[in-house]
Amino acid sequence: MTAFVQLLTSFVASAAFGLLFNVPRRHLAPAGAAGMIGWMIYYGLQQADANPVLATWLASLAVSLASQWFARRLKAPITVYNVSGIVPLVPGGVAYAAMRNVVQNHYDLAVQLAFQAFTLSGAIAFGLVLSEVIHLSFRKIKA
Amino acid sequence: MPQSSEYTRRIAGLCLLAGKIMIENGAETYRVEDTMTRIARAYGLPRSHSFVTPTGIIFTIEGAEGEGADSFTSLSRITNRATDLQKVMEVNAISRRIGAGELSADGAYRLLKETESGGKGYPARLKTAAAAVASGCFLIMFGGSWNDFVPAMAAGGAGYLALICASGRIAIKLFAEFVASFAVGLLACLFVLAGWGRELDSIVIGSVMPLVPGVLITNAVRDLMAGHFVSGLSKGAEALLTAFAIGAGIAIVLALRGGVAL
Repeated sequence: MTAFVQLLTSFVASAAFGLLFNVPRRHLAPAGAAGMIGWMIYYGLQQADANPVLATWLASLAVSLASQWFARRLKAPITVYNVSGIVPLVPGGVAYAAMRNVVQNHYDLAVQLAFQAFTLSGAIAFGLVLSEVIHLSFRKIKA
Repeated sequence: MPQSSEYTRRIAGLCLLAGKIMIENGAETYRVEDTMTRIARAYGLPRSHSFVTPTGIIFTIEGAEGEGADSFTSLSRITNRATDLQKVMEVNAISRRIGAGELSADGAYRLLKETESGGKGYPARLKTAAAAVASGCFLIMFGGSWNDFVPAMAAGGAGYLALICASGRIAIKLFAEFVASFAVGLLACLFVLAGWGRELDSIVIGSVMPLVPGVLITNAVRDLMAGHFVSGLSKGAEALLTAFAIGAGIAIVLALRGGVAL
């Protein structure tokens, strides 16, 4: 039940995010699906007690690969799909906790959390990079 | 086809307009350069060079005589940047049609002008509603309880509405984002104080998500990867500053709350 709720909310949240970026109506559902695929992987790994950096990295990779597939299928720029899918992975909670500790003068904790947020952002970026590499090398093999 | 310098100039203007629309609405640098070069090639001018940054485009096109004999360079300054992926898609589609030889230069120019002056996409009301729904969903995804669903929706929607209103009035984008996140924090605090919401942290985290600069983050990474370091670094800096603006808005609310209530 919880897993189903997570799937549903991640789909709706990603599609709604696409709407904020003026993604045309026809492409909202694929954008939502890309986000859902990413969140499914992230949530699954989180439940299995995996390292959050690993979970974020694999989820971002999944979002980008799904987005590439949609982009080729529907002949649209990839940005339309991956942007709304990436957003749920952004470490908002960790950044918030860091901010909160700064306000409470717990600088040691704040620095730790800020570094964690930084690492998680790096994992997102690395997922994006890797998908691009995979995409390019596949294109070379085909050509 | 006779390629007078007048013709070269017209095509350069066309390419620059297409590039400008794309950059202003959140396309990656690689896509902008690619589109401009493709358009120029489709109109019989295969030698063109572009330098695209988030704040300006320099585009040079060499005429048929080559070797700089009748080359033409122009610059377009980019001042306003927003995210409107529909416009990026439209320019993309127009450039595909140009590539297929379906459009004359005048026809393409007219279509691009229409795209540029075209509507603002979805109405503000619908966007606010979408931001509200997204905030509620993010709350659940981040492990919040359903009790806080409606407060998160209210705070997130109001925050996004504040962003729309503030960016219309305040010229500095960062300050508009600061105002929006301050509004989110303040409302969330009030909801919790009034006993309507339970966990302040979850509500704030969920409702602040619609303000996250998603397009900037992904485009910064993709630009850096493609070797467009100037664009990539400046987009990254913009994303970082936006994150700081959001954080500062929330931090001030938390500090105020610490002084008053705790």
